[in-house]
Amino acid sequence: MPSEQPKARKPRRGEAVTEPLWIRCALTAVALGFLGLLLMLPLAAIFVQAFEKGWEAYLAALTDPETIAAIRLTLLVAAVAVPLNTVFGVAAAWAISKFEFPGKNLLTTLIDLPYSVSPVIAGMIFVLLFAPGGWFGPWLEAIHLKIIFAVPGMILATLFVTFPFVARELIPLMQSQGIEEEEAARALGAGGWQIFWRVTLPNIKWGLLYGIILCNARCMGEFGAVSVVSGVALTLTLQVESLYKQNMTAAFAVASLLTLLGVVTLVLKSLLEWKIPKQTAEEAMGYCGD
Amino acid sequence: MKTRTWLYGALLLASGALAYWVTGCAPSSEEVKLLNVSYDPTRELYEEVKTAFAKSWKEQSGEAVAVKTMHDGSGKQARKVIEGFEADVVTLALAYDIDAIRQKAGLLAKDWQSRLPHNSCPYTSTIIFLVRRGNPKHIQDWGDLLKPDVQVVTPNPKTSGGARWNYLAAWGYVLKRELGSFDKLKDPQAAEEVARANEKARDFLKQLFDPKKTPVLDTGARSATITFKNGIGDVFLAWENEAYLVLQESGKGKYEIVVPSISILAEPPVAVVDKVVDKHGTRKEAEAFLKFLYTPEGQTMAARHFYRPCDPKGVPEELLKQFRPVEMFRIDEVFGGWAKAQKEHFDDGGIYDQIKGT
Repeated sequence: MPSEQPKARKPRRGEAVTEPLWIRCALTAVALGFLGLLLMLPLAAIFVQAFEKGWEAYLAALTDPETIAAIRLTLLVAAVAVPLNTVFGVAAAWAISKFEFPGKNLLTTLIDLPYSVSPVIAGMIFVLLFAPGGWFGPWLEAIHLKIIFAVPGMILATLFVTFPFVARELIPLMQSQGIEEEEAARALGAGGWQIFWRVTLPNIKWGLLYGIILCNARCMGEFGAVSVVSGVALTLTLQVESLYKQNMTAAFAVASLLTLLGVVTLVLKSLLEWKIPKQTAEEAMGYCGD
Repeated sequence: MKTRTWLYGALLLASGALAYWVTGCAPSSEEVKLLNVSYDPTRELYEEVKTAFAKSWKEQSGEAVAVKTMHDGSGKQARKVIEGFEADVVTLALAYDIDAIRQKAGLLAKDWQSRLPHNSCPYTSTIIFLVRRGNPKHIQDWGDLLKPDVQVVTPNPKTSGGARWNYLAAWGYVLKRELGSFDKLKDPQAAEEVARANEKARDFLKQLFDPKKTPVLDTGARSATITFKNGIGDVFLAWENEAYLVLQESGKGKYEIVVPSISILAEPPVAVVDKVVDKHGTRKEAEAFLKFLYTPEGQTMAARHFYRPCDPKGVPEELLKQFRPVEMFRIDEVFGGWAKAQKEHFDDGGIYDQIKGT
C-alpha cells in the first residue's frame, strides 16, 4: 500500500504509481486481453489452419511449384527494391540533414507521399502511365518492354510504396547527430567519400539497418499496389489470396511463411532497438572502437 | 578479426547463392505457354482441362503446352485484358465482357462469337439459390428474397459476371410475374403494361441491392462463396456450378439448393484473343485449346464440374442426371442481348447505379 511506505527507503520501481492495485491489475488485464484477442489469437489461428491437414499437407503446400515461384519472385522484388531505396534513403537523408538548399521542405514532404497515398492508387498510377493505352504505352510497346502485368511493374510499385522507409529512419537520426564530426573530418583533410564511409556511415549504421529491415518487411508484405499491376507471376501475398479461393489449408500454409517473416523482422527490430541506444551511449562516453 | 572475416565471407556466399536461386533462369523448356484469363468459379474446371489438353495436344502435335489460367471477377478480368494483360484466350462469364475487349482495345475480330459452335459457349449454367441446412427462412423463389428477415449474398455486378446474371434473372422473374408471358415484351399494344412491369422490376432490384439486404458485394463469385461459407447471409445467389461445388466440398447436410420458379440461361463464352496470339505466335495452340472444350472429353469435364455441356452426346448419363430441371429464359429474348442490357443496366449511370444511388 502506498500510504504505508516507509519514508526513508528509496521508492522501488513501480511504487511511484499511486493507483490502487485493482486498477493496475485491471489495466494490465485489458492490455493483455486486447493483445491476446487482436494479435495472438489471429496469429495462432493462422498456424492452426495451416496445420489442419497435418505436416505433410503443410510441406506439400510450401513446396508446390507455384508457391516456390512466388517465394522466388518475392525475394527478387525485395532484392531490387530494398537496395535502391537504401541508396535513395541515405542520399536523401544526407542531403536533408547535412545541407541547406532551396526546396528542402518540399523534398521532406514528398518523401512521405507514399505513406499517404493508398497502395491501390499507387498501382493504378503505374497502370495509367505504362499500360499499352497509357501515357508511355506506345513508346514501351515500340521497344518491346513490358512493365504493367509483368515483374518490372511489380518492382516499380513496390519501390514506390517502400520509398520512405530508410529515409524516414535516417533523417531524425542524422539531424540529431549534426554536422560537427563531418566538419572536423574535413578540417583534417578528408575527402567527400572518405567522410561518408568513415564518419557518417559508422554513425548511422544501426539506424540504417533498422530502416532496411522495415523496408524489406514492407516489400515482402505489400499487397495492394502489386495486386493491381501483377500479371501471371505472383508474389507470396498474391499467392495467399489466390490460394484462399481454392485451397484454404494451402493458403494458410503460405500465410504462415509470411507470418514467420514478420516474427523474424520483429526480433531483428528489437535487437536493433536495444543496440541503437547502446551505441549512442558508447559514443557519449567517448568510446571509439571497431 | 578473423571470425568477422569468416562471417562476412559466409554472408557473401549465402547471399550469392540466394541471388543465383532467385534470378536463376526458370527451367527453360520447349513448351508453349498459353495464358487463359477466366472468371472466378472456373478454377477447378480449368485445372483439370489444363492437364487433359496438354496430354491430348502432345499426342496430336508432339508439342508440349502449358496453360496458365488466372481468375477473378469477369468484368475485372476484361478490364485487365483491355489495359494490356496479354491473354491468349479469354473464357469469361458473359459475352459483353469479351465484346468490351473488342470494342475498347480492338484485340478481337468482330465475328468472334460466331467462330465456335453454340455462340462460342462450350458450356452454360444458370442462377440458383444456395441456402443453409433445413432452409430455415423458407426461401423458395425470388419473391422470398425480399422478406424482411432474409439477407442475401451476391457479388458486385460492376465487377462480377455472375452478379450481372443474378440481377438479370431477378429482373426477368418480376417481368414474368407481372406479364405472365415474355411474348408481351414484343407486343406494341402491351407497351404500357411492360413499362409498369419494368418499373416493378426496378423497385424489386432496388430492394434486393439495398445495403441492409445485401451487406457484402464481393468482386467475384468465388469470393462471394467464401463470404457465404463464413456465415454471412441466408441465401447465396449462385452460379449453378458453384452451388453444386459447395455442396460437394462441404459434405452433405450443411447447405441446400433451391431452384427458383424461373431463372436465366447463363452463357459464358470463350474466345481466342487475335492480336495477342498473333504477337505470341500461339494461335494454333490457343484455337486447339478452345476446341478441346467441345470434345466429348472436354464436355464430360465441364459436366463433372457442374457446367451444363452444350453438346451432351458423349457425356455419361449419370453426369447429366445431376442437373435439376430449371425453367430458363434467354437474355436475348427478355433484354435484347448483352450490349443493350449492359448499357441500360450496368454501365456508369445505368439503372444499377441509379438504384444504388450513385
